[in-house]
Amino acid sequence: MKLILTIAWTHVRSRARHTGFAMAGVATGVGFSIMMAALMQGSQDDFTQRLVNAMPHITVYDERRLPPRQPAEQSFDAIEIHGLTPEARRPGIKNPLATMAALEAWVPGGIAPSVRVQGIIRYAGRDVGTAIVGIDPRREAAVSDLPKQMRGATLAALYRATNAIILGDKLAEKIGARIGANITVQTSQGARIGAHVVGFFHSGVRQVDEGTAYVLTRTGQILARQTGLINELRLRLTDHLSARAIAERIESDTGYKSVAWQEANEELLSAFVIRNIIMYTVVGAILLVASFGTYNIVSTITHEKARDIAIMKSLGLPEATVRAIFVVEAMMIGLGGALVGFALGYLLCLGLGAVEIKNPFLDANRLPLAYSAWHYVLAGMVALISSVAAGYMPARRAARVYPVDIIRGAT
Amino acid sequence: MSAPTASRPVEQAASSSVPLIEAKGVTRILPGIVPTTLVHDINLQFRENEFVAITGPSGSGKSSLLYLLGLLDLPTSGEVLIHGKATAHMAEAERAYTRLSQLGFVFQFHFLLPEFTILDNVLLPMRALDRLSAEAMQERAVEILSALSLSDHLNKRPDQLSGGQRQRVAVARALANDPPIVLADEPTGSLDSHASEQVFQLLRDLVDKQGKTVIAVTHDLGLAQRMDRRIQLIDGGLVGETPQDSPPQQ
Repeated sequence: MKLILTIAWTHVRSRARHTGFAMAGVATGVGFSIMMAALMQGSQDDFTQRLVNAMPHITVYDERRLPPRQPAEQSFDAIEIHGLTPEARRPGIKNPLATMAALEAWVPGGIAPSVRVQGIIRYAGRDVGTAIVGIDPRREAAVSDLPKQMRGATLAALYRATNAIILGDKLAEKIGARIGANITVQTSQGARIGAHVVGFFHSGVRQVDEGTAYVLTRTGQILARQTGLINELRLRLTDHLSARAIAERIESDTGYKSVAWQEANEELLSAFVIRNIIMYTVVGAILLVASFGTYNIVSTITHEKARDIAIMKSLGLPEATVRAIFVVEAMMIGLGGALVGFALGYLLCLGLGAVEIKNPFLDANRLPLAYSAWHYVLAGMVALISSVAAGYMPARRAARVYPVDIIRGAT
Repeated sequence: MSAPTASRPVEQAASSSVPLIEAKGVTRILPGIVPTTLVHDINLQFRENEFVAITGPSGSGKSSLLYLLGLLDLPTSGEVLIHGKATAHMAEAERAYTRLSQLGFVFQFHFLLPEFTILDNVLLPMRALDRLSAEAMQERAVEILSALSLSDHLNKRPDQLSGGQRQRVAVARALANDPPIVLADEPTGSLDSHASEQVFQLLRDLVDKQGKTVIAVTHDLGLAQRMDRRIQLIDGGLVGETPQDSPPQQ
C-alpha cells in the first residue's frame, strides 16, 4: 500500500497545477453543496421550529374523525337506514377536566384547555375575521411560547380588565388598534361584546399574527354562548417529534380528533420533502460536474504516464497495483478537494449568515443556516465516491496497457 | 564491482538439470489483416551462470524473443517455462509475480521513472515484492548502487545523470530483488563506447561473480563475441547457436 501511495503522491505532486485545478473543481462543488444544504436545512428547521413554537404540538378537538353512529344505526345494526337526521350534539369536550387529568397521567408535556371561536373584530370601521382563543394564562406557558411572544404587556394583563383581549401584532397593525383601544368582537354564534386591548403578541408566523386573538377562557365561553365550554385541549410535548404517535393514542383513548402538528402541516412538510429531493439532486449534479475534472486529470496522467506504466508492469507490478495507483490518485484529488471544500463551505455559510434579508413570510432578518457535520460528511463522501468513480475508468485502462507495445514504440 | 547478494528470494530449481528458462516451440504471430510472424518455433534452454547473446539483423525477432522469455509477451503457440514451470496459462498476477521475483530487465533506454530519485527507482521492485523490511530494502538498494559507483547520486533524479550512469541505475534496479535471470535488450545500444564497456563489464560480473544468467540482445557483434554463448535469429527463426569462445554465425 505504501508503494501505491508513494507513486500516486509523486504523480499528483508532479502535476501540481493540473491537480490544483481538479481539486479546485471538487472543492467548489463540495463548498457550494455544503452551503446549499446548510441554507435549505436551516430555512426548513427555522420554519419548522417557528411552526412548532407557534402552535400546540397536539390539538384535541371536540370532533370525531368519522361521523358518530346514530341511535337508529346502533339499534338496527343489520339494516340500512336512509333519510335520518343526524343527532345534534352539544359542542365541546365532555368532562374536560377529567379528560385532562387522564391525559396528564401519561402524556409527557403540558396540557391546557381552551375555547376557540371564529369571530370578527371590528374597530374604526374595519372588520377582520379572526380566530379568538379563550385561554387560561396560568397554563399557557406549559403549551405555547405565547408568554415569551408578548409585546407591551404580559399574559397576566388578561386579568386586568373585563373582556380583555390580546391581539396578534399584525392584526393590530391592520385595524390600527393600540393598547387600551376598545374594540368590538362578534362571533358566528351571535355574541357581541366590547373588548379592551391589553397587549399584543408576535409569534413570527404571519398567518398567526394576522389572524389570532386571545381572551380568557370565560370570555371565550361568553363569545361561544356556552357556559363551561372547552372545545379544544392543546398539548405541548417534551419531544415534539413524538407528537404523531401520542396523538394517535389520545384519539383512540378519548375518541376525539387529535391532530399532531405534523398532520396539521402535512402539505408543508410534503413540500419540504420535494424541496430536499430538488436540493440533493442539484448538489449531486454539482459534485458530478466536479468529478469530470477528476476524470480529466487522471486521464491526462495515465496518458502521460503510459511509458511509466509499461515500465512498472515490465518490472512485475500487477494490473491491480497499477489500477490502484491511479484510483488512489483520484482519491487524493477527491479528498484534497473535499477538505478545501469543507473550509470553503464553512466560509460561504459564515458569509451567507451575515447577509441581512427580509423574508415575506417570516420576519427573520438573517438567512437561517444549519451547521451540521452531516452536510460535510455527505458532501465529502459524494465527492470522494464520484472522484473514485471518475478515476476508475482511466485507471482500468492504464492497468491494461500492454507493456511490449510501449517499450517497442519507445525503442 | 559486484552487487551484493541477499538470500535468494526465489525458489531455485532443486536440480541443475532443470533449465532456468526454456522455450519450447515458441511462436509469436501478430494478428492483423496480414499476420506477422515475429518468432517461429524457437526451442532453447538457458541454465545457471550463462552469459548469452541473442544476435541478428533488425527485425529478426531478437527483442520479441526476449519479451517472450521475460513473460512480457505471450506466445501464440509453444511454451516458456521458468524453472520448469509452464507460464502460458498463468494468471496475470502470477506472471507479474514471476517477473518480479525471477527476472530482472535492462532495456536499451534506461526506462527509469523520471519523478523518482535514483534510490526510489531501485527500491521500486523491492517495495513491490515486499519481502524485506523497509530498512533492509534501503540498505540493499544503497549497497547495490554503491557497488555500481552510484553512491553519490542516490537522491538525484535520472535527468541529472549521464547516459552511462542511468543505464547502471537500470542494472541496479534489475538486480534489486536478486533475480537469477537478467534479461537485457540492447543494454549498450544508446551508450558511447566507454559507457558500453562499463555496462558490459557489469553484466559480465553478474555472471562471473554472482552466478546469474544474463541473456542480452545485441547488435554489437564485438560484444556478442565476448559472451559465453551466442544465438542468432533471422526472420524470427533460430539459425545458429555458437558455443563459448566461438564467433557468432553470420
